[in-house]
Amino acid sequence: MINSIVIVALGIISISMLLLIYRVVKGPSVPDRVVALDALGINLVGVVALISIVFNSFAFLEVILLIGILAFIGTIAFAKFLEKGVIIERDRDA
Amino acid sequence: MKPNDVVLQTITTVAAFIIVLFSIQLFFAGHYNPGGGFIGGLLTSGAIVLLLLAFDIKTVSTIFPFDYKIMTAIGLLLSVGTGAGALLFDVPFLTHAYEYFHLPLLGEQSLHTAVIFDTGVYLVVIGITMTIIQTIGESE
Repeated sequence: MINSIVIVALGIISISMLLLIYRVVKGPSVPDRVVALDALGINLVGVVALISIVFNSFAFLEVILLIGILAFIGTIAFAKFLEKGVIIERDRDA
Repeated sequence: MKPNDVVLQTITTVAAFIIVLFSIQLFFAGHYNPGGGFIGGLLTSGAIVLLLLAFDIKTVSTIFPFDYKIMTAIGLLLSVGTGAGALLFDVPFLTHAYEYFHLPLLGEQSLHTAVIFDTGVYLVVIGITMTIIQTIGESE
């Protein structure tokens, strides 16, 4: 029972990831692609969580938090590059 | 016009603490669970990179007044030192030892010299990552 539910959920997430990949490839502007990549990372979190249910294992729970943190940092770096042109400033006030 | 980064900076001050705590948890979990010195060091430098993104190099170097090249050297010294320390007890290089101790608050715990080796790896990973990122960030 739980296994078939998990398989169905994995299929739905796969469809959503395919649609996001379409947006990454097609997206007319760069922010579209950045937002799509961020959502792709969050979908990956869901996939890892469902896979760890399928494998009946606690070993992937760190990966979930790790993908969340990396997606957050990556999106902020991209957003800052788009807004200011530099990712790491030397001195904000100068 | 001066840019206004209040949301990013407020989120960063909270999130950086959580990321550092998670990296320390990964570092100490390394012996029995997934984790260890490498991913712990990478995540700690991720927290410092998040601070670098929200603030600037000058502010972060006042918060963390470390020379990351010296940190790399200390890490290598710790790792080689644990390996060489085994030679003092007439056992091959890099032989590790552990013993069970009764610690206050924590209770019965096993202390392993591999933790010192892992601390070396942790410091080397932080040092090298931050040296690369700061060197690239400072050049114009």
